[in-house]
Parts: sequence; C-alpha cells; structure tokens
Amino acid sequence: MADMWITMGPQHPFSHGLWTLKIRADGEIVKEAEPVVGYLHRGWEKECENRTYPLIIPMADRLCYSASMTWAHVYCKVVEEALEVELSDRAKYLRVIADEICRIQSHLMWLAAMGTDLGNLTIFLWALREREFFLDLNVKLCGQRLTTNYPRIGGVRNDMPYLFERDCMRVVDRFEKVMWEIVAMMDGSSIFLSRMRGVGVINRKDAANYGLTGPVMRGSGVDFDIRRDDPYCNYDQLDWEVAVSKDGDAYARYAVRIEEMFQSCEIIRQAMVKLKGLPRTDPVRFKVPRKVPAGTHFARLEDPRGESLMYLISDGTDKPYRLKVRSPIFVNVSASKHFVEGVRIADIPAIMGTLDMCLGETDR
Amino acid sequence: MGYSSILDWVKFNDPMLNEFYAYKVYNLPYDIGYKLWELIGGALAWLINLIFPGNGFSVTLISSDLLSNFFAIVFMVVVIFAVAFLINLTMIWEERKVLGRMMDRRATRIGPLGYLQNLADGLKTFLKENITPDKADKKGYMWALTLVIGTSVLLACMIPLSHRWFIVDYNTGLLLIFGLFAIAPFMILVAGWAQNNKYSLLGGMRAAAQMISYEVPILLVFASVALMAGSFNINDIVNMQAETMWFIIPQILGFLVFIVAAIAEAERIPFDLPEAEAELVEGWQTEYSGMKWGLIMLGDYFRGYVACALIVILFLGGWYLPFFDVGMQQDWLPEIVFLLKVFLVFFVFIWVRAAHCRVRTDQILNIGWKVLLPLSVINLVIAAVITYGGWL
Repeated sequence: MADMWITMGPQHPFSHGLWTLKIRADGEIVKEAEPVVGYLHRGWEKECENRTYPLIIPMADRLCYSASMTWAHVYCKVVEEALEVELSDRAKYLRVIADEICRIQSHLMWLAAMGTDLGNLTIFLWALREREFFLDLNVKLCGQRLTTNYPRIGGVRNDMPYLFERDCMRVVDRFEKVMWEIVAMMDGSSIFLSRMRGVGVINRKDAANYGLTGPVMRGSGVDFDIRRDDPYCNYDQLDWEVAVSKDGDAYARYAVRIEEMFQSCEIIRQAMVKLKGLPRTDPVRFKVPRKVPAGTHFARLEDPRGESLMYLISDGTDKPYRLKVRSPIFVNVSASKHFVEGVRIADIPAIMGTLDMCLGETDR
Repeated sequence: MGYSSILDWVKFNDPMLNEFYAYKVYNLPYDIGYKLWELIGGALAWLINLIFPGNGFSVTLISSDLLSNFFAIVFMVVVIFAVAFLINLTMIWEERKVLGRMMDRRATRIGPLGYLQNLADGLKTFLKENITPDKADKKGYMWALTLVIGTSVLLACMIPLSHRWFIVDYNTGLLLIFGLFAIAPFMILVAGWAQNNKYSLLGGMRAAAQMISYEVPILLVFASVALMAGSFNINDIVNMQAETMWFIIPQILGFLVFIVAAIAEAERIPFDLPEAEAELVEGWQTEYSGMKWGLIMLGDYFRGYVACALIVILFLGGWYLPFFDVGMQQDWLPEIVFLLKVFLVFFVFIWVRAAHCRVRTDQILNIGWKVLLPLSVINLVIAAVITYGGWL
C-alpha cells in the first residue's frame, strides 16, 4: 500500500482539544508526523496588555481548564516578584493546598482521558468519579469547580471555610484508598501493560534537549521538580519525594503521574498540619499597589503538566506592557514528532495520551 | 394424541401430518405459525362465508395443506425473527445495565428497569439525517452494509434455541454457521474501501487481518468438537453432551480459545480494532450515519449473541442441564435454560469489556497466531485421543 497522509484532528477522538497531528502512514506504521497547533489561538497575551493587573487573574484561570489554580498562581507570582511582596505563611500554605488539589484533579482528568484513549471506559468513569470529590473541595474553598479565581496578588482571596480541613482530610483519605483500586485494575491488566510498556520511548538526553518538563521529563529519568529544586510557597518545609522513573516509555509517564497524585496527598496532609500551627488571625492577603514598577520579571512553578512560566515586562503603569506565557504542553507537543515516528497508528493515542494535552494554554 | 385445532368449525390438518411438513421432529415455531394461520385464515374464511354464504370452497382452500404450510412458514419466520430480536434487545439491555453497574454510573432509565431505552435510542437513530458520502462507491457502500447486517440477522435466526426451536435441522449446520460468520469481515473490507475515507480503509484492513488470524483457531475448535460429537449437526452435538458430559471438561483449552476468538469475531472491546474510536474515529463505520449506523450496532449484537450461543452449544451442554433427566427437561422450557446460559456467557463478555483496554494490531495477530493457533491444535489432538481412545 502506498503511503498516505492522515490528518488526525482537529476534530478527532484522540486529540483532546483542537489540534492536528498529520501523519504519513505506510499501512499501520507511521513514517512521518507533524503536529499542528494554533486552532484555539485567541490572543490571550495581547488581551492582557489592555487589562489592569488584578483583572488578568480570572483570565489566567482560562488558560487551562484543569490547571486553572496553578496558572492563576504563576501569574500572581510574577506580579508579586515585580512588586517584591512576600506572602504570609498562611497564604503560602493555602496556595500549596489549592495547587495540590488542582494537581490531583488534573491528573485524574488525564487518567480519565487516557482510559478512553486505550478503549477502557471504566477507567474514565472511575477517575472522573474520584475527581468530583476534589472539585467539591474547590467549590468549598473558592466557590467554583474549574475556573477557581482563587489566588490574588499578595495572597489568596479567602481563608479556609468552616470545616474545610475535615472535608479535605476525608477526601484525601478516601482517595488514597480508592486510587489503589483503579491502579490495580490497570496494572493488573496485561493488555494495559502491553499497550504502555516500551512505546513512545524518549531517553534522558532527548528529553532535556526537547525541553520537556513535568511528568514527561521525570518519566525519562530526569530528577527535576521546581517545587523541590527552586522552592516557592514553603514547599521546602514539607517532606515529600519527587516521583521519577527511568524507563522513559508511556508506562513510566503513567507511573510518575500516579505516584505524583499520592505525593500530592502527602503534601496536602502536611500543609494542613502546618496551617493548623499558624495563628488563625494571620492575614491571607496583603494590600498591594495598583501600579507595578517598571522592569522585567519572570516566575515559574510546577504545573500539573510541567514547568509553567510567565515573563512580565512592566512599564510602571497599572497594565502590563507585555506578558509572555511559556506553556509546558506547547513545548511537549513539539516532541510528538520524535514520539510518533516509527510506531503504529494504534500507539498514537497511548503515547499522546501520556503527554496530557491541554490546548487552552498551548495556543493561548 | 389427537390434534385439536383452535377453531373447531374449520378443519385444519395436524401440522405434523401436513404433507408438506419438512421436519422429522416437532418444531415449535412452525406450530406457532400454524396456529397463527389457523386464527387468521379461520377469520378470513369466516369473513368470506359472511359475504358469500355457503361458500365451502374458501374453507377448503384455506385449510388445504399447501396454503397452511406456506403461511405457517411465513409466520414461523416472523416469530423466529421477533424472538431473535427480543433476545438481542435483552442482551443490549443486559450489557448496558451490567456495564453501568461496573462503571459506577447510571445505565438505562426508560421503561421498567430501563428495558425500553434501546427502543428509545433506536427511535432517536431513525430521526438522524441519513448521509451518503458523495465520493463513495454507492454499490459497495450499500451492499457491504446490507450483507453485514443481513448475515448477522440470518445467523442469529439460525441458532436453535432447543431441540424443538430451529429453522433447519441441517447436517452440516455448524459449517453453515461458520461460513456465514466469515462473510461479514470480507464485507467490512469492502465497506472500508467503498467509503473513500482513510479511517474506514484502515478499519477495513484491520478487519481483514483480524479475520484471517481468528477464523483458523475457530475452525480448529469446531473441528475438535465435531470430532468428539461425530457430527456437524448442532442437535447431535448437544445430545452427545447430554449423554456423556459437557465438552468444556475434556476440551477446556478449546473453550478458552473459543471465548477469545469469539470476542474477536464479534469485534468486542479488547479486540474491536476495526472500529477503534480512539485512533480511527469509528473505523469502518465512520461514514455510515443515522439508521445505517444503528443497524450496524444491532448487527454487532446479533453477532455477539451468535458467538455466545455457539459457546453454549459447543461447550456448555446447549439447552440441557447436567444431573437432570433429559426427557424431563424436554418437557420443560429448554429455550429458557439455553437463553439463561447465553446471557451468562455474555456477562463474561461484558466483564472483559469493562476490565480491559483495546489491544494493538500487531498484538492481536500475535495472540491469534502464536497463542490461540497452537492451543487449538493441541486441543484437536486431545479431542482425537479422547474420542478414539474411547474415554468419552
């Protein structure tokens, strides 16, 4: 059979969002691949230049529907660095808890999508069922399920509501119990293992050269996590481990994400204890000036999908002169050519599924 | 035993004594068809008599052997199709209910126990726009679809539910079923080619590859069962199991091979590569819209029913239960026993679907050629040794 170009996307079940993977297939084997992104470009960065600093926080939520908390966080962080504001401990731990809740629910969303990619709807529904509990925590803390609008420049919007600690601990305890059930169903299935092991391999060097970050990078043996290596928000005062796997295949990325969820539970638990030790009267939010002094700043943190970074050029007014977003997925998807060439068409969902695509932040 | 007609004023022959009666034994659907004709034909004769009084000719004609045999067969076909259709609906309902329970979600909601959900979905599918692609090869597009659905329905109707519920008591029945089973993947290949769509083409190619690797083990398992039973006749195979033991005991290997191969033949989830929605959109069904797609889904379940029924017939003793007197069971409802077994086997299918991911193209070929084929050959040898050693 002659080679043929197949355009997978922009509306295709495997592409979780609007992007296209053009592949040249020889029968079932992929000879050549080319990712095409940009269908969801909505001028996010330009739009920010016409808004005052506080008004950009809800927009940062909309960068990625399942990592809204971390995106708002990184935006607040870059403005805080420009203003040279140091948060109170209470606000820091609240941000840690909110970030980790966001990380768990984002990873669960990935797991659900992964289930449908591999043709198993049970994983999809079980993961989404667990995700609901974390979204309920979001509702209790911020009043919203997805677009949370919780971090503020100089702190967070509000303190924990009444009984939030109890609810949070209940959800985390339950999650750790139930998650083993879901993991057992996948790790116990030889078909799942045969689909995930040995496909989409990327070694340490290539991962670093492509600029991959997050679970994709840690899955190929690079032991790097911004939360530990460039600590922010008192992450260095908590005791947890970075999940790393050496294999570099799809299964390694899957295992890293699963392990990260359990580590996030641990972080939430410890942050809660620390938070309890702080006086309740501590402020969660400082007043900050409207105008940001001129200068260039950047801030980065560990997003569920990798390293999210914002670069801010301020000109002394109350609006940013330029706000640049470095999206982890935009970089990760550029490696899809490396991942996909030479594999079978059936492997594409399994490999690209482990990248955890989110097009809102890719195209901006 | 005298034959009592429903209507005593029009005299019909006993169906078994009808000169055109084609079967050697009692056939329940034929009898139901005969009774239906007695009712309808009797009413017709009464109506004609009312309009033209004293017209003895119409009564004679309507109750003649030729006419009553013809209409009995027509009604028998309707009855058998209706029952197969009901079984199919029940299996879809079972699948949705069990899957819903396993996935921890709501399953079906319309009607008592959600049973009417399938009908509602069917109605919805009817309302969908019926699109035929402009660039498609119209002949291949429609004929492939017709043959896929047609053979599936025909197969489901050819499965006997008991010693008295069958269409043909054919000496090579198993081979006929196998042959009809093998038509659909060819037609899927044609359909994939005719739709002028790359996803459909890949789906069709996958169907062909899958068929080649799974027909061979199935045929070998058929052969070992036929060897043990000494016949290709389904009735004989079931009777043999009732006399000796269920073939699952001596042929446990064949049973396992057949379950895997049957899931692959029915294109259910670990092996549903031709319609893998994650990579191929909807595989070979991509361009079939509206009720065409609905009928394909219906045909899929017909094939699933046939696969389950074959497992029951070949390995699980058909419509008999062990440790009960066969003659006594024949007076009960062997059809119910058979269907319960079918639903039980289908439950395993559903369970597998809920627990597993889809396999890859090369893996499915590996499983077929490197695992199932050697196992089925070993099973054939075991069956031959047991049969000719006289240990059955």
